[in-house]
Amino acid sequence: MMNNKDPKLLLQSAPLLRQELTTPAAMKDVWIALLPATAAALWFFGLGALLILITSIAGAVLTEWVFTDKDKRRFAMSDTSAGLTGLLLGLTLPPGLPLWMAFLGGSVSIGLGKVIWGGLGSNLFNPALLGRAFLLGTFPIAMTTWGAAGGPGDFFQIHSSNLAWPFMQGQYDALSTATPLGLMKFEHETTALSSLFLGNTAGSIGETSSLLLLFGGVFLLFRRGIEWRIPAAIFLTASLFSLAMLLINGADSNYPSPLFTLFSGGLLLGTFFMATDPVTSPLTPKGCWIFGIGIGFLVVLIRLYGGLPEGMLYAILLMNAATPLIDRYTQPKIFGRKS
Amino acid sequence: MTDKHDKTKASSIVTQEPSSTRLIVSMAVAGFISGIIIIAIYMLTFETIKENKARELREAVFKVLPDVSFMQKLHFIDNKLIVVKAEGMDDEMIFAGYDPQRKFIGYAIQGKGPGFQDTIHVLFGYLSSKQNVVGMEILDSRETPGLGDKIFKDMDFVGEFSNLPISKDIKAVKKGKKTQENEIDAITGATISSKAVVRIINKAFNKWSPRLPQQGSEPVLEKQDNQ
Amino acid sequence: MATDSSAYEEMIKGLWRDNPVFVQVLGMCPMLAVTNSAINAVVMGLATFFVLVGSSFLVSSFKQWIPKQVRISLYIIIIATFVTVVDYSLLALLPAIHKELGAFIPLIVANCMILGRQEAFASKHNVKYAVMDAVGMSGGFMIALFALGSVREILGVGAFFGIDLFGTNFESWVIMILPPGGFLTLGLLLLFFNWFTERRREFLLKVAESDRMAYVDGDK
Repeated sequence: MMNNKDPKLLLQSAPLLRQELTTPAAMKDVWIALLPATAAALWFFGLGALLILITSIAGAVLTEWVFTDKDKRRFAMSDTSAGLTGLLLGLTLPPGLPLWMAFLGGSVSIGLGKVIWGGLGSNLFNPALLGRAFLLGTFPIAMTTWGAAGGPGDFFQIHSSNLAWPFMQGQYDALSTATPLGLMKFEHETTALSSLFLGNTAGSIGETSSLLLLFGGVFLLFRRGIEWRIPAAIFLTASLFSLAMLLINGADSNYPSPLFTLFSGGLLLGTFFMATDPVTSPLTPKGCWIFGIGIGFLVVLIRLYGGLPEGMLYAILLMNAATPLIDRYTQPKIFGRKS
Repeated sequence: MTDKHDKTKASSIVTQEPSSTRLIVSMAVAGFISGIIIIAIYMLTFETIKENKARELREAVFKVLPDVSFMQKLHFIDNKLIVVKAEGMDDEMIFAGYDPQRKFIGYAIQGKGPGFQDTIHVLFGYLSSKQNVVGMEILDSRETPGLGDKIFKDMDFVGEFSNLPISKDIKAVKKGKKTQENEIDAITGATISSKAVVRIINKAFNKWSPRLPQQGSEPVLEKQDNQ
Repeated sequence: MATDSSAYEEMIKGLWRDNPVFVQVLGMCPMLAVTNSAINAVVMGLATFFVLVGSSFLVSSFKQWIPKQVRISLYIIIIATFVTVVDYSLLALLPAIHKELGAFIPLIVANCMILGRQEAFASKHNVKYAVMDAVGMSGGFMIALFALGSVREILGVGAFFGIDLFGTNFESWVIMILPPGGFLTLGLLLLFFNWFTERRREFLLKVAESDRMAYVDGDK
């Protein structure tokens, strides 16, 4: 157990890459990368979505503040990671969600997803996704009631369900619609790729505009903020697997095309901003490939055969759980030593 | 743990091995006494338990077949339905319900099948004269509390089975998309459980409908002592 | 009488200091499985109370005649007899609750807290202390079950002992009545319990320290 088994300690030989990458700087890049997609989300979903993002960030930051030692607060909070977790959680929530649930979700994300494990860098699961999983398990109906994306004119409209009293149900004003993935799964209708690309579809706040999420992801890749192997492995596996399913079952079957698979639901958001979380993904290059392949495979599997239309959440959480194991088995061998 | 309260010499008892006979005798005595106690409690509670179970089943039958005041159990053996009075239930049994004038009303048919979590056990009333389902009761299920358990807690859903033609298979459709007579609205958020109930009813109905006798030749109500 | 106060001590320790759930982390199966409502928790607590007190009484009374080599089997026979009595009585008297608790009533036999008390306490102490200890332990178990069951029922259904608390508009926390809710709530209760105990210990240390200082100061 003791020698070379600690997955956090990775020995590599020279040449070593030198870069000025500190935690706050890395966090700043992620904020910037999320900006366009967030702005688009606000454009489509209006003020209600903004309130959800603010409350989930507030829930996360407040929880971090409460559970951090008084004299360490200044340092611990300065990396803005709690706020980022809150934002990422907010982006995975439906726009009509009551605000108190968003707050609770942010609080659970940090409380159960991070603080309880020992703070930044010690958690096994992605905190934002843990918060989402909690909300999905706790309020399954509220978490799967989707409002349609509105036009610019609806910007100042707030869903009445957003403003539900704490512990009370939201009263949904408009008729709820189905997400592209829900339509695919239950009604066998495909949504045009152009809508998926631009983002005027129903769905979670941040998973609508594929184009802007791609921009953010490419920016992070360019800044070397994220490991490129993970997105590459997810995209390759998910598209190949769904292509195979499509070919096996024939073109007129109800199986989604690879492009639909990639651009619908939370796949892009999850790939670029959650699966690549350095804390909860493997450290070795080979491990990253395995991790990404696992997510790509699981997400298509859950979407096609699971009870839920979207599988990104559980795909990432399951592979998060497998990360220590992957790290252990992909440790590079020391030259000349038999394992 | 301190032994300051120890008034006995527990530690000094086992200085030497007791003989096997002593071990066997002590086990046998304990087993004998335990057996007597268990038989006693079984006999003491047997009547009440039997009554509870019978009452539960009777209430369920009365619930799914409105206006019924008498019932009897029918067993399908050797390709015909015969009246049984013995206790116990199995998958080859249904109930026939009769009005106060002892005229035949309908059948209560049971069905089992996989739900979202575990087997769902359904009892439904069937009027052969109208080919209608007239009531549905979930006897046993382990569906998700708050979602799947709406199959018996959501009265709108249960109510949909109160007058439902079943000459064609029933279908569960999304809420608000009901167009045909034989369709019912599935429960929002519990589509799988709703569809499971419908599937179980269809399966049980298709199994039993060829076994039921022609109209007019239903089994007559036999004299029963407890009614 | 001195012995009475120590008997009282044996009872009180199970409620808090040696609480079977929060401190010894025993009996987790019924703890997690049947606590989705307060009434289920209380009935399970009462059933465990009956079985534990009865078995402790018998084991302690007959300890001279129980050979060491077969003691575990004999304890199990005694416990299983009580469990069967509880099982049939519940089935006859409270069939609705028996349906809810289902397989977990027979599983009281496997509750390691009960066997543990026979082995660790009842077989070594006389009847009075054994019964007091059993009362305390099952009381502590019941407190824990009740705490978990109340939290889960209030959040999961919005009710307490089946009485609606928040009106029809309450958004129930579905997860709380499902198994994950049991794990989450139990974890949080353990966290709270340990945090509280730690705080109390620190406080006592501080008091003791200041007392000592005062003594040293006074000595000068």
